Amino acid sequence: MPRQTFVLNGKPTTVDVHDDVRVLWVLRDLLGVTGPKYGCGINVCKACTSHVNGRAFNPCSVRVGDLEKTDEITTIEGLADTVDGDLHPMQQAWLDRDVAQCGYCQPGQIMAAVALVRKVRREGRSITDADLDGIRNICRCGTYTRIREAIAQGERQM
Amino acid sequence: MLGGTTLVAAADLVGAGVPAAAVPGTPQPAESYDLNDFLTEAAMPTANLITVTVHEDGTASFALPRMEVGQGITTSTAMLIAEELELPVDRVRVTLADARPELLYNQLTGGSNTTISTYTPIRVAAAVAKGALLEAAAIQLGDTVDNLRAKGGVVQAPDGSSVTYGELARAAAGSTTRAMEVRLKEPGEFRVVGVGQPRIDALDAVTGRKLYATDLQVKGALPTMVCRAPTLNGTPKRLRNKAAVLAMPGVRNVAVVDSGVAVRAETFGQCIDAIRAMKVDWVDGPVAGLSDADIVDELRAAELPLPTLPDNPLAKTVDLDVLFYFRSNSAMDTNSAIADVRPDRATVWAGLKSPITAQQKIAEALGLSQDAVKVHVVQGGGSFGRRLFFDGALEAAKISQAMGKPVKLMWHRADDARVGRGHPMATSRVRAVHANGEVLAFQQSHTSIETDFRHGLGEIITANSADLPGGLGNLGFAETVFELTQEVPYDFGVITQTLTETDDRFNTGSMRNIYSPDVRVAGELMVDRLAAAMGQDPYEFRRAHLRNDRVRAVLDTVADVGDWGRSMPAGTAQGIAIHKEYKGCSACLVEIDNRPQQTGRDIRDGVGGPRVTKVVFAIDVGLVVNPRGLEAQMQGCINDGIALALTSSMHLRDGHFLEASWDNYFYTRQWNTPPDVEVVVMASDSAQPGGAGEAGVAATFAAVACAFARAAGSVPTYFPVNHRDPLEFTPKPFVPPIPQSPTNGLKLTY
Repeated sequence: MPRQTFVLNGKPTTVDVHDDVRVLWVLRDLLGVTGPKYGCGINVCKACTSHVNGRAFNPCSVRVGDLEKTDEITTIEGLADTVDGDLHPMQQAWLDRDVAQCGYCQPGQIMAAVALVRKVRREGRSITDADLDGIRNICRCGTYTRIREAIAQGERQM
Repeated sequence: MLGGTTLVAAADLVGAGVPAAAVPGTPQPAESYDLNDFLTEAAMPTANLITVTVHEDGTASFALPRMEVGQGITTSTAMLIAEELELPVDRVRVTLADARPELLYNQLTGGSNTTISTYTPIRVAAAVAKGALLEAAAIQLGDTVDNLRAKGGVVQAPDGSSVTYGELARAAAGSTTRAMEVRLKEPGEFRVVGVGQPRIDALDAVTGRKLYATDLQVKGALPTMVCRAPTLNGTPKRLRNKAAVLAMPGVRNVAVVDSGVAVRAETFGQCIDAIRAMKVDWVDGPVAGLSDADIVDELRAAELPLPTLPDNPLAKTVDLDVLFYFRSNSAMDTNSAIADVRPDRATVWAGLKSPITAQQKIAEALGLSQDAVKVHVVQGGGSFGRRLFFDGALEAAKISQAMGKPVKLMWHRADDARVGRGHPMATSRVRAVHANGEVLAFQQSHTSIETDFRHGLGEIITANSADLPGGLGNLGFAETVFELTQEVPYDFGVITQTLTETDDRFNTGSMRNIYSPDVRVAGELMVDRLAAAMGQDPYEFRRAHLRNDRVRAVLDTVADVGDWGRSMPAGTAQGIAIHKEYKGCSACLVEIDNRPQQTGRDIRDGVGGPRVTKVVFAIDVGLVVNPRGLEAQMQGCINDGIALALTSSMHLRDGHFLEASWDNYFYTRQWNTPPDVEVVVMASDSAQPGGAGEAGVAATFAAVACAFARAAGSVPTYFPVNHRDPLEFTPKPFVPPIPQSPTNGLKLTY
């Protein structure tokens, strides 16, 4: 059985599993990291959104064998550790706006929102309505209005 | 009250004065006795079996015999307890009760009935606990109960001495069970109820700590999935390559069960690989070969003729006929359950809104006695009616028994979408007659594929009576629900509304707001048509004909806040609609943009279409427990109503539904959601709380329908309005039944 090594939420992690198992199952089924959720398995619902080297990705569509041992995977569980304080500003914004309903998609929503802020900053600009319209993470509870409000707050405080 | 080291207080409702209403005659029973009265009365005889416990650490706990699926009832329940117990909300823990068969009809989460039915019992239980704490404090502080004051988890005496609830818990518990009378707070005394409170599980939700069924770690419960038939509800004959599948990486067990071929493996990814490799012979399902048009024909044949009404220069008859296609209540968290079935007992963990029925049906299927089946209720990632049934839990139990191993069953999204329950196809016909500026008659006939109510009232007696041969039991249940929920709150002369249901071959159930969204769309489109026929403004016409002041108030509110009647460009329009249900009433005003720059949007793996650009929603639920939660529910309902009107439906083609994931089934997305949403929670002097979880769907769907009709210049004859457009997606294969996960994720980072 191949040994797979990568950095998970700041810690070097090794797991014995075949190369072609998708990272989502390695996280959830083998490592017990359940913040990234299953919603489709084909990279359309985005409930599993996490970060690889600081950028948003969907672990349901990455073979674990395609990760380098230096690749840094951050899930919702590790997001707060990337900043000072107990919570990331985007998580705080989510609390302030009381965004969650059932909560299932929200880890992915928050990880997507953080990556979106970083992306527009790399492009030297702020988030626009078109950026918000372009967020692909689905929320079946329909919390979209509060997600938009929380992203505006999170962007200001990041 | 019960003895022990902690104080356990129960609600005894004898003399609590909850009135029982009588069922009046037709035409509109829901006006004075509705489904919520029915559910609340069914729950009352066992309402005294719920208990609030005060612990030695000064916290209180309560196991709620309902299911949290995002609707906010754990938070509102904590608020009710905090209010009566005089304890901060963050020191009240609310969990979900295991299946408790002794509760009979008092463990069903449905009909937006939780707050209505538990509002008094929960407060009584908390008040009993506070009373016992005060009695114990009187002894410790050497004063009388009347002189003591409880606040913030501390009892204070006039001399300044005090003692905490934690210190009192053991003494207050006593050693015998006894009755106690309590006085509940009047609404004017409330300090917690009515004040916006964030969800009690919000921190867990944003840190990834909130656990759903598939997140639970149960020893030996390995990932398990099912390979399903290429036709809806087809059944397996045999697996031709079992040895080859068992030899695949990670695969541990394979078993043929009645719903398909189950595989248990080290990861869900390896389950997916195994399912895709299976070679299975199938028996076709009962709708093999049929498509949408066949089911429409079947519905048309089942329609009862509408009475003939006069049509002459003095009295004009207006007709409207609307078709509603199948829709899915698929939640983000798919049907899933953990089951550990042993020869003599079983344990199940799942999101269940009717856990007692689930326990009974699982016991029956396994050949065990009911008390040998332990059922734990887990919070669900959404429901929208889906979790009234227990398809995943029952299937997991059967698989666990067949394999002799604990299983963590998860439905693939493709199965959840195609095979999971949904809202049945239906037609709604309305005929009205008007003369001299008045509506003399309003007749609505709703014809639907069967809506499955075989979960009963949450236990097996009513579940089995709903399952009488020939669908007769279910039809009686369906007609009762329809009669007790539908109401036309206008002065329209002779009003009749009837339901006809046919065909039990589909996987259906009560999707959020059940019949009301479709019924109200047809009804409110007819109201617009009548207003036009009489040359009146749609808002003024509604206002003049409403026979209920509360409904008129919400209508006036949205018209005022939403600037009804403002001038708008061609291709855009406003729509306005009302609804009355769940002891409350609602009104919605929307603005829609149906111009080419919106409808022509090219969205990858999604649909744009007309955009609802603005929504103003007013809701009066009577007494509001948590206005923040209520606002959230209305925002969610708004997105559901938009989806039903414009984008979300299932296409039946050749014996199976085509939609297999969120890139096929177009629930509202960020590019569809209105950029401008305002929810007005109406002030109310009512002492009665209403239901909130579903209350916003019907008025929104109807307002969007009315706005679209105005913007497009014609009234749609079917919903959603894009259903007959060329498919916006390539259907995923049926063999194998689930798609493989992509591998290009590292190329798509941002």
